[in-house]
Amino acid sequence: MAKVLMKGNEAFAESCLRAGCRFFSGYPITPQTEILEYMSWRMEQVGGQFIQTESELAGVNMLFGAACCGARALTTSAGPGFSLKQEGISYLCGNDIPAVIADVMRIGSGLGDIFQGQGDYWQLTRGGGHGDYRTIVLAPSSVQENADLAYLAFDLAEKYRHPVLIGSDAAIGQMVEPVELPEMREHDINTYDWAIRPRKAGEDQKVIWNTYYTIGADAYMDYLKEKYATIEANEQRWENVQTDDAEIVLVAYGISSRVCKAAVKKARAQGIKLGLIRPITLWPYPQKAFDALGDQVKGFLVVEMSILGQMCDDVVLACGNKHPVESYGEFANVPSEDVILERVQEMLKKY
Amino acid sequence: MKLSVPNGINMDAHVGWCPGCGHGIVARLVAEAARDLGIEENIIMVEDVACGEFAQNVLKFNTIGAAHGRPIITAAGAKRTRPDAIVIAHPGDGSAYSIGMESTIHCALRNENILALVVNNSVFGMTGGQMSPTSLPNMKTTSSPKGRDVEKNGHPFDVTKTLSSFDIAYLARGSVDSPAQVIKTGKMIKKALQKQMNGEGFCLVEVLSPCPTNWNKQPADALEFMKEQQEAFYPLGEFVDKGGEA
Amino acid sequence: MEKIKLNTKRCKGCYLCVSVCPVKALSPSGELGEQGYETVKVDEEKCITCGSCYRMCPDYAIEILK
Repeated sequence: MAKVLMKGNEAFAESCLRAGCRFFSGYPITPQTEILEYMSWRMEQVGGQFIQTESELAGVNMLFGAACCGARALTTSAGPGFSLKQEGISYLCGNDIPAVIADVMRIGSGLGDIFQGQGDYWQLTRGGGHGDYRTIVLAPSSVQENADLAYLAFDLAEKYRHPVLIGSDAAIGQMVEPVELPEMREHDINTYDWAIRPRKAGEDQKVIWNTYYTIGADAYMDYLKEKYATIEANEQRWENVQTDDAEIVLVAYGISSRVCKAAVKKARAQGIKLGLIRPITLWPYPQKAFDALGDQVKGFLVVEMSILGQMCDDVVLACGNKHPVESYGEFANVPSEDVILERVQEMLKKY
Repeated sequence: MKLSVPNGINMDAHVGWCPGCGHGIVARLVAEAARDLGIEENIIMVEDVACGEFAQNVLKFNTIGAAHGRPIITAAGAKRTRPDAIVIAHPGDGSAYSIGMESTIHCALRNENILALVVNNSVFGMTGGQMSPTSLPNMKTTSSPKGRDVEKNGHPFDVTKTLSSFDIAYLARGSVDSPAQVIKTGKMIKKALQKQMNGEGFCLVEVLSPCPTNWNKQPADALEFMKEQQEAFYPLGEFVDKGGEA
Repeated sequence: MEKIKLNTKRCKGCYLCVSVCPVKALSPSGELGEQGYETVKVDEEKCITCGSCYRMCPDYAIEILK
């Protein structure tokens, strides 16, 4: 299929539809709104359900009903609105229900602001909901990847009967780039036996509620540990950029990783052995990428658009605290290549 | 008159409600209506997190356990995915009129083709009898120990006053205070399900129901309280019956 | 002939049936049922099979046989 020019949010929406998503319920919030707007006309063309709900809570809880009935269902939001999705995400996890939920990130707590940002790393990877759960979190860094990961997300969600989150940001969502869209697929809502539906005569009652009720507390402990261990083992995704001989390794995802790629190129031109690990799954965190690094590594610089360096903890854990981990965080501005190079040179002197 | 417990009731399951609770009666009315309409296989119940959720043991219908306050919106999502199913949201008054109010209103505005079967016992039952949006003026609850003060807590919510101006299919209030009212309420539920089968849109049937435990009353006295106090405040009847004979 | 079936295993002793019986055919039995509540008993002679008890029983303990 030929490439077309599309806005990130719209490419994401179209790709979800092509993955067989036929249910969208959501609420407007910048910088996510183009997904909702796109769905408002396009969903009807493919014979699905589009509902602009009364709130984000309604959006995620309506999606819950659709997903329990076997639909490939999507809700999307951003920053403050995504906070409200957390109730539903916990319920999707507690009940083992697949769904896709996107957070087009912005910056700051409370209202914060609508600029490109990566203020929701903790919210995405630690969760704001209650109980023991993690979710697969995919972090696109281009319009193409926004489309590709949307397509993948529905398969992963069903593979594990688990919600999958996609953390893009205002820049990825708003920018226009060439994109090759995937093939249109139809999803049969009767594919899975667990899905709630009218039953055939004589068929047993189906109940979707907390999995812990169904299997009991002891079995649930084992079940949950195994489920998350399996996802951690199977689904780590990342991109390496010149890490083979890198002495300093940048770690960045999404929009920040694009600046880091440019910084690596610039550094290499100056003879500095700089590399980049770009996590594509924020959970499970790409531990394997860190395990594969050589002994020449002297330190990590985590580059992200959050003031407190939300991803630093994961890098410390991933490298087993064997190397210094420094943070370069920006807030209202995109990280600068020059600042990255200055910081890298300082680190090379120090370590 | 031969009267048998309908097949939709699971006679092997423990009935989890307190002695004299009206929930068991309401669950049986759902099972009877489903039997009479021949839709037992088609029903999807969407339960709340509250006393009503015990219905998922008692009723043999396919069931989704929604979050507290969300059964109506979750039911709307289920119905839009499975238009062939007959979808019943089963919240209490706290769920439908307090935490879940926005979706009660907006699902009615969108005329979602579901039945919201709201069991109103005028307290938060499962958490031990706190004041709900429908607790009566001066009613003593564990969070209004001196009685509901309307100056402080506002007036109780009457869904029929709010939704009666909406363009919905059906709005009715029944009661399980007596055999006669139980029969009438059963007819309301059946009518609402028939309307859903016809694709007419949003139906809300509120059922006044006793909570002897949290009202601190003997079950028979709770029925008297319903007749004298609860029903004086919350009139029974059909308030919207689009295209019907109300 | 048996008119009414009481399943006292299910009875939680709420006596809603007793309170609505128009002919006072139902009364507390004085015996504890399986669930630990004092159950009800029926005087079949008095029973007019109106079904009031069936309709009010929240525990599906009563059926009318004819």
